[in-house]
Amino acid sequence: MSIAEKFDSMNYGPAPESCEAALQWIAARQGKFDHFIDGDWTKPQSKKWFESRNPATGEPLAKIAAGNTKDVDAAVAAARKAQKGWSALGGPARARFLYALARAIQRNARLLAVLETLDNGKPVRETRDIDIPLVARHFYHHAGWAQLQEQEFAEFEPMGVIGQIIPWNFPLLMLAWKIASAIAAGNTVILKPAEYTSLTALCFAEICKDVGLPAGVVNIVTGDGKTGEALVKHPDIDKIAFTGSTDVGRRIRSVTAGSGKHLTLELGGKSPFIVFEDADLDSAVEGVVDAIWFNQGQVCCAGSRLLLQEGIAERMIAKLQKRMETLRVGDPLDKSIDMGAIVDPVQLETITSLVGKGAEEGGIVWQPECKLPTAGCFYPPTLISNVAPAATVAQAEIFGPVIVSMTFRTPDEAVAIANNTRYGLAASVWSENINLALDIAPKLDCGVVWINSTNQFDAACGFGGNRESGYGREGGHEGMMEVLKPNFLSKLQLSKDAEKTPERKSASTSSLAHVDRTAKLYIGGKQARPDSGYSLPVFSAKGEKIGDVGDGNRKDVRNAVEAARKATGWTKASSHNRAQVLYYLAENLDIRKAEFAERLRQTTGVSAKKAVDEVEATIQRLFSYGAWTDKYESAVHSPPMRGVTLAMKEPIGTIGMVCPDESPLLSMISLAAPALAMGNRIVLIASERHPLSATDFYQVLETSDVPAGAFNIITGPRDSLTKTLAEHDDVKSVWYFGPQTGGKLVEAASTGNMKRTWVNNGRARNWFDVTQGEGREFLRQATQIKNIWIPYGD
Amino acid sequence: MASISPLKPAPEGHARNPGMPLDLDALDRIRVNLSAVERRAATLGGRRTVKKETQAAWLLKAVTCIDLTTLSGDDTAGRVKRLCAKARQPVRADLLDAMGMGDRRITTGAVCVYHSMVETAVEALKGTNIPVAAVSTGFPAGLSPFDLRVKEIEASVAAGAEEIDIVITRGHVLTGNWQALYDEVKTFRAASGDAHMKAILGTGDIVTLRNVAKASMVAMMAGADFIKTSTGKESVNATLPVTLVMVRMIREYLEMTGHKVGYKPAGGISTAKDVLAYQIMMKEELGHDWLQSDLFRIGASSLLGDIERQLEHFVTGRYSADFRHPMA
Repeated sequence: MSIAEKFDSMNYGPAPESCEAALQWIAARQGKFDHFIDGDWTKPQSKKWFESRNPATGEPLAKIAAGNTKDVDAAVAAARKAQKGWSALGGPARARFLYALARAIQRNARLLAVLETLDNGKPVRETRDIDIPLVARHFYHHAGWAQLQEQEFAEFEPMGVIGQIIPWNFPLLMLAWKIASAIAAGNTVILKPAEYTSLTALCFAEICKDVGLPAGVVNIVTGDGKTGEALVKHPDIDKIAFTGSTDVGRRIRSVTAGSGKHLTLELGGKSPFIVFEDADLDSAVEGVVDAIWFNQGQVCCAGSRLLLQEGIAERMIAKLQKRMETLRVGDPLDKSIDMGAIVDPVQLETITSLVGKGAEEGGIVWQPECKLPTAGCFYPPTLISNVAPAATVAQAEIFGPVIVSMTFRTPDEAVAIANNTRYGLAASVWSENINLALDIAPKLDCGVVWINSTNQFDAACGFGGNRESGYGREGGHEGMMEVLKPNFLSKLQLSKDAEKTPERKSASTSSLAHVDRTAKLYIGGKQARPDSGYSLPVFSAKGEKIGDVGDGNRKDVRNAVEAARKATGWTKASSHNRAQVLYYLAENLDIRKAEFAERLRQTTGVSAKKAVDEVEATIQRLFSYGAWTDKYESAVHSPPMRGVTLAMKEPIGTIGMVCPDESPLLSMISLAAPALAMGNRIVLIASERHPLSATDFYQVLETSDVPAGAFNIITGPRDSLTKTLAEHDDVKSVWYFGPQTGGKLVEAASTGNMKRTWVNNGRARNWFDVTQGEGREFLRQATQIKNIWIPYGD
Repeated sequence: MASISPLKPAPEGHARNPGMPLDLDALDRIRVNLSAVERRAATLGGRRTVKKETQAAWLLKAVTCIDLTTLSGDDTAGRVKRLCAKARQPVRADLLDAMGMGDRRITTGAVCVYHSMVETAVEALKGTNIPVAAVSTGFPAGLSPFDLRVKEIEASVAAGAEEIDIVITRGHVLTGNWQALYDEVKTFRAASGDAHMKAILGTGDIVTLRNVAKASMVAMMAGADFIKTSTGKESVNATLPVTLVMVRMIREYLEMTGHKVGYKPAGGISTAKDVLAYQIMMKEELGHDWLQSDLFRIGASSLLGDIERQLEHFVTGRYSADFRHPMA
């Protein structure tokens, strides 16, 4: 076309980024890649390689080693061998390596960007301007954590060997999120990239070699789901970090249940993008573009549900449709392209069929006139309006360039619709009214909220979800906490098998010293008879029957969870107010010190002095958490923008807790008090062996202004109650302190709603020891961090 | 109140903006989020680019949109004549020939001068279609007596100016006196008669993007043919975020009334790279029509020189030097 014709048409011409250097890089390695194990390239034991293709053309790019169990074994062995030495190097020495990695990534920025685009199909504009700069930033940030580790995390040690499985949508960025924090803290890793997109990970392996990273610190094993499974099942791995689909995350939770492996999961989402009538609509339209047409919508935190206030819905849809007309889909190596290729034909098929379903169910499907390349895997930007929350496309994660829109009338309704999902990853809130925006953000059940913005990321700000979007955070302080563990943990002994129950005798019936007290359950602020209508005998340390407690069953758990759900007042109460209640509990327990000590002596057989010590320690603990209530505070980050990110420590919601038998009063309060202090409502299963300290506590609760439903107690058979609690879809976390088998049961049963779990892996704590029994570790488990991004300026 | 003058069909076919009654409700609905606007403006350059032949074509198009400007205290007839000569032949003929554009009569969009230079410029541009634009109404501060400002417009039109760049009273914006702003611009528009009126908002003076948006909207309601960022004399002149807000208002006004209003950034656009970013924003936000000189002008003095160097580089493959291109 002549210049004159271009002068008349004023269209965009081609603006290709050269892929020559990247193709040469592949060719120089004969187009064939082995695993990177123990600092060296290692042929796959299977002697098999699979093909990786460029989704924009369908052309093969390279052959990638197909990992099997033996490869994984070798990689884990290498990582294990390297871990002690890597950790012993010390933070500052590790910081040098992370810094070198960050620099090397910047040196190779264009190669990595182009390689990523070739392998994944996303526009080179994104890899160049977003992915790779964030990768470098992540290593810089974590070089800093390594440098400061000895001061900032003095009470912690690395978890050990970490297996990491990452998805294909942000291959190198997810690698950085996984590897940077892990190795900064002194762990060693085995990373398995997604089978569609291994190339940048392999390029990164080369970078590790170049900067002289010690062998075995980073190992890359390529392969498909089976390779990942081998990693997940490997017995010598201390933690699995996974980013990917909720289905696979669920399987990983099942497989690792009871293994003692720490687990963080960053799973799917169906994130709301909420536009209020007082929003800057033109800017909100651009927000939608960045929310759902970023990386072809193959983004776990994509804003895929557009919630519009009724008054502006029509205008917003019209503006959005007009904007969609100017989106350009095509060769991802063209610098003027908004959307590149969908990663694989399989994914394209899923998207196509879900959009078909959306139309079938009454949605209005709108796509702009948009030229798509004839070859390769492409899908046009798509808006489905007139969608009800009940529609499949409003609930299922499409993972493609498809947004569904629905309307709301009031802020409360917006929150209700936004939270009407199994997921809870991210949300965008658009309003020019800061009162409204800052009121909505805390009400959204998710891990990240972007106000008047979307898809913002920074290494200093944690990222991760709630509900079926997984648990754990990556980035920032909270991310470091997921790769470290308290020093004392590895020194804890496995608790002995339950002691033999002493021979049981009936209580002497010579005379009735007291009026009969039959302990019931404590549900919704009332003493409630167990649904079963049965009671269980309780025996003293000497084996004498000393009372009865309610034989709680699944219906009692149901009722207690229901009561906890309703007790929202406790969560909304001010921290000052919650502190007052905790102090009041301490005060009332103090009045009954003698009675509680006597009960402990009677049930556990400890000395009178030890019993008094336990009650006193319990009172101290209540005081401590009364103190913590308004001191375990949120943080403010300063990401690279004009604005702030609030890292809000929010209560988790309803927490189920299963109490251990040791130090029954102290351990119960050690678990209950931090959860209550942070505004959670709890359903607590009392020690099966020593439940009377719990049932005696009803009267303390009743006299201490604890609102109904905030603190519920159930007695009865631990394992069956635990199972019901761990399976309950309206319980958001379960803490379990008991025998190892119970921990496994909790983890396995948690997969229904992907609730968080905290289990003791069968190791008994010394509850009297403040390090083990009190403080930040407990508070951290009692909260989840929501990062609220607040750009400002006028 | 003066009435809007009868419409004269614009050269490239769209009707002039007749204005509309001041609609304060529409103003109330305006929301502008600074951070989001900045984000869009900052990332657009990474989302679109033009290369090689396309870039040459776009730069030539930019030349046709330039209001080649001299607005200095030391302007003389001689200086203005030189400027006009450059406006007639902004790019060396051999370069145009090499690009196959020799027969396209490439000129700048207009020549922009003070009132006292209008006659000189009109004379110097005789035989071309290049209009003379006069800055007016007490440019740049716009605080001379109101009747004198109106008379200044009339005098410039009488002297042959086909375009009048008026400045608004920034105080009306800063005090939220939209009625006064509307009345003022409407009076200026009436005084302009058949001459096209560009309303200079002084965006550096009115500071917030909300003010920019509202002033844009009021100026269009009052009948402005173009809205223009600044005089070039403020400390901050045209920027991409300000542009984004103004062109979004143009789009809003088009949706409200069906009338197309032009856009003119002025001041601070001095490189080919800069101007491409503006062109891309026009195309993305408003479309093809706003890349043409009847709806897009660039107020600039040194921009042309950089474009010429880039075009020569495109033709020869060698980087160019400023002395190789005739000066204005």
